[in-house]
Amino acid sequence: MTLKTEPFVLNVGPQHPSTHGVFRMRATLDGEVVVDIEPIFGYLHRGIEKLAEERTYTGVIPLTDRLDYLSSMANNLGYCLAVEKLAGIPVPERAQYIRVIMAELQRIASHLIAVGAFLNDCGAFMTPIVYMIREREKILDLFDMVCGQRLTYNYMRPGGVSQEIPDEFLPALDKFLKQMPGWIDEYDQLLKENEILLARSKGVGTLSQELAISISASGPVLRGSGIKWDIRRADPYSIYERFEFDIPTGTVGDCYDRYRVRVEEMRQSLRILEQARQQIPGGEFRSKVPHLIRPPVGETYAHIEAPKGELGFYLVSDNSIAPYRCHVRAPSLLNVTALRDLMIGWKIADLILIFGSMDICMGEIDR
Amino acid sequence: MKFERYGIGIAKGLRVTFKHLFRRPVTVQYPEQKLHMSRRIRGNELIWDKDKCTGCATCAKTCPQGVIQVITSVDAVENKYVVEKFEVDTGYCISCGLCIEACPYEALYMGYAYERAKYRREDVIQTNEQLLPSADRLRSGYMYPEIAAQLPRQTLLLERITEEEE
Amino acid sequence: MMIFNPDPSSVRQMPTLAPDWPGGFWWHWLLFTVIIIAFVLLLVMGYIWLERRAMGRMQARLGPNRAGPFGLLQPVADALKVMLKEDIVPVNADKIVHLLAPIIAFAPVLIIFAVVPFANGALLADLNIGIVFVVAISSISTLGVFMAGWGSSNKYSLLGAMRNVASVVSYEIPVVLSIAGVVLITGSLSMNQIVLAQEIPFILLQPLGFLIFFIGGCAEINRSPFDLLEADSEIVAGFHTEYSGMKFAMFYLVEYAEALVISALITTLFLGGWRGPILPPWLWFLVKVMVVFFVMVWTRTTLPRVRIDQLMALAWKFLFPLALLNLFITGIEILAWPTAIAWLIPVNIAVMVILVLLWSKLFKLGWGRVEV
Repeated sequence: MTLKTEPFVLNVGPQHPSTHGVFRMRATLDGEVVVDIEPIFGYLHRGIEKLAEERTYTGVIPLTDRLDYLSSMANNLGYCLAVEKLAGIPVPERAQYIRVIMAELQRIASHLIAVGAFLNDCGAFMTPIVYMIREREKILDLFDMVCGQRLTYNYMRPGGVSQEIPDEFLPALDKFLKQMPGWIDEYDQLLKENEILLARSKGVGTLSQELAISISASGPVLRGSGIKWDIRRADPYSIYERFEFDIPTGTVGDCYDRYRVRVEEMRQSLRILEQARQQIPGGEFRSKVPHLIRPPVGETYAHIEAPKGELGFYLVSDNSIAPYRCHVRAPSLLNVTALRDLMIGWKIADLILIFGSMDICMGEIDR
Repeated sequence: MKFERYGIGIAKGLRVTFKHLFRRPVTVQYPEQKLHMSRRIRGNELIWDKDKCTGCATCAKTCPQGVIQVITSVDAVENKYVVEKFEVDTGYCISCGLCIEACPYEALYMGYAYERAKYRREDVIQTNEQLLPSADRLRSGYMYPEIAAQLPRQTLLLERITEEEE
Repeated sequence: MMIFNPDPSSVRQMPTLAPDWPGGFWWHWLLFTVIIIAFVLLLVMGYIWLERRAMGRMQARLGPNRAGPFGLLQPVADALKVMLKEDIVPVNADKIVHLLAPIIAFAPVLIIFAVVPFANGALLADLNIGIVFVVAISSISTLGVFMAGWGSSNKYSLLGAMRNVASVVSYEIPVVLSIAGVVLITGSLSMNQIVLAQEIPFILLQPLGFLIFFIGGCAEINRSPFDLLEADSEIVAGFHTEYSGMKFAMFYLVEYAEALVISALITTLFLGGWRGPILPPWLWFLVKVMVVFFVMVWTRTTLPRVRIDQLMALAWKFLFPLALLNLFITGIEILAWPTAIAWLIPVNIAVMVILVLLWSKLFKLGWGRVEV
């Protein structure tokens, strides 16, 4: 007698506690082992690229907030750089520094969530993410102080930032810079050497260098595989060439490497913040920009190193007040394309772990 | 993967969680304890200064969501516009603050309050008099540093923690 | 006969049950049934409260503090809320199995307490095979869990249930072997006798046995880091994904009642049960049970979850050989030096440390990627 078997198809998501949004994976299982997986997305599509064609150049900024809602400042920065490049708008010195401070704070905040969520996916019951959300809260307080919102900042403008930073901001930033290294050390104590975490994440979901490059992965996912590629260094935008910082890389490209790269990047961001804090000059926070920007006919692409990878904005102008076309190169979307190759052969538990280590933001994937 | 560290990593983690047992929790018990919001908070309402408004509708043009509606009539004697209807559908408002930034006559402000949820959809649409400033409709300092200076200092988690610890 | 074993006649001299108790056995039966049910339900509430509060504080939160002083009534409020909830049964569910599962999971947990002594002789039935009874009964809960997983017609539930069966079957062996070490020293299977034999808590004489029993026990009742069957980040809620209302409450109760069982067993077998100076015996018992549970909460707060193959590897490659060795060493010790307990304590601790270090180097945890 032969036993008949049929594949066990499991729908992970779109409503699942650890798919970080409305991501869906149709996993075919053999027992606990993932035989095949099909990532399905599009549940959060809001048509941001199309909406951008209907809005003025300034009016698009609130939309970019909603791309990767965990790093709005970085999105604002990327978009504003694109508009400035397109319309040739100069940015005052002070504004550049404010932008760098905000972008680096945002990187720490986003990585805190990424690392916390990753550890939570490992099954450390809420503790790491609660600690990390607490630190993120401090950063959000700073953002709140500057721009009055905690999630959708809408702070940067073509030609600078919307408002001068308040007087109490820099002292508060100093306090944060003093406290934060200690907190990061404590997180490392909590789980860095934990045997269970090592057993769970070392060697799991290894992304080879060739694959990482061929899917054009970016950000910590790429650097976890050991490729020293950081747009802040490779193609410096804003004033990043003035700062000293290292690019942390992993060795094999497993989940643990990606996690470590994020933690190390937080330390490097703190270094940049220290330097920016020392060097910040006085002066204007925004150059004179007309209320309605009409860039000359043309197209441009500006990219930045967002917390999740290379975030690019491709803008086409037809000399009207709204972009003719606005395309977003979302890092999460390109990183997520590696999922199938990484997950096959691992267990369901690893599937969640690998997904967590990619640090996905659905707002960015579906746009 | 071998069990190489003999549980030292686990012990370190356990130490961190145990230390937290004696730390002050950061929870804020919301309805009883309220923090001071940011001085620049973009609260969920708009505040309109009727006297300063000229009815130019720059705010309406700037609004990415198109939630502001301005209807004016011409006052030929005084040679100006009379605002007949200034309506904001705060239900669609994304609190981006672009209208405040755009207003050339400093007639629009963000609200300082953040507890403005309504039970009915029609209450969310605010017209003319409902938008005027009053004692419980304080103006936020968003884009107005001089108003921000009068508002209470924002509570920072950063400072709350440092005060409690050694 | 071991010197730890008390004179059987001395046990007889301190019965708590008066010989002229009216009605004799049946009154005793009724009294202890009521006590056990009340004890389990109350302590489970205490556990839920302790877990949520302690975990809250460890996570820099407050934990529930609204219902009653310090949130003590929170479990009551939860129970009320859950009772008022709609009971949803999936359309494709096997209705009878779905209904029976929580009951089958819950009953054995209560039955186990029949043989757990709260004070000297204060137990429902001083069975001479007490510990075997515990081992036998405690596995029945698994059946309830598997029924829940199967009956819900939900793939997540089935996965969770399969994981539970796998882990319970594997961990039963090292757990029983580690109990055997205790039984060897005591020379009796009766829970009351085991407690009476503990002039020194057996955690000192059987440190390795304690470690194995604690890990194995945690795995059997699916406490973190072995909470695979309801791994919320992987398989939503495991076997009770499709349960709501009272049935869910039963499973919730089972979860904590099982934790209570394991902490009561650890207390009885390794921590000297109700024995202790000054305080009354039942209070000692409660305090020890709470301390053991606190350690469980503590590990749950800190540790990530292991994977299913690592769980199996830990049972078969780490705990099982160590449990065998432990039994072997204990047997030799008892044969060779039946009178020398005092200097066996450092020896046993040294043996535990050496064995754990050695085995940590030797074994490999899990298989990793499978070619498909």
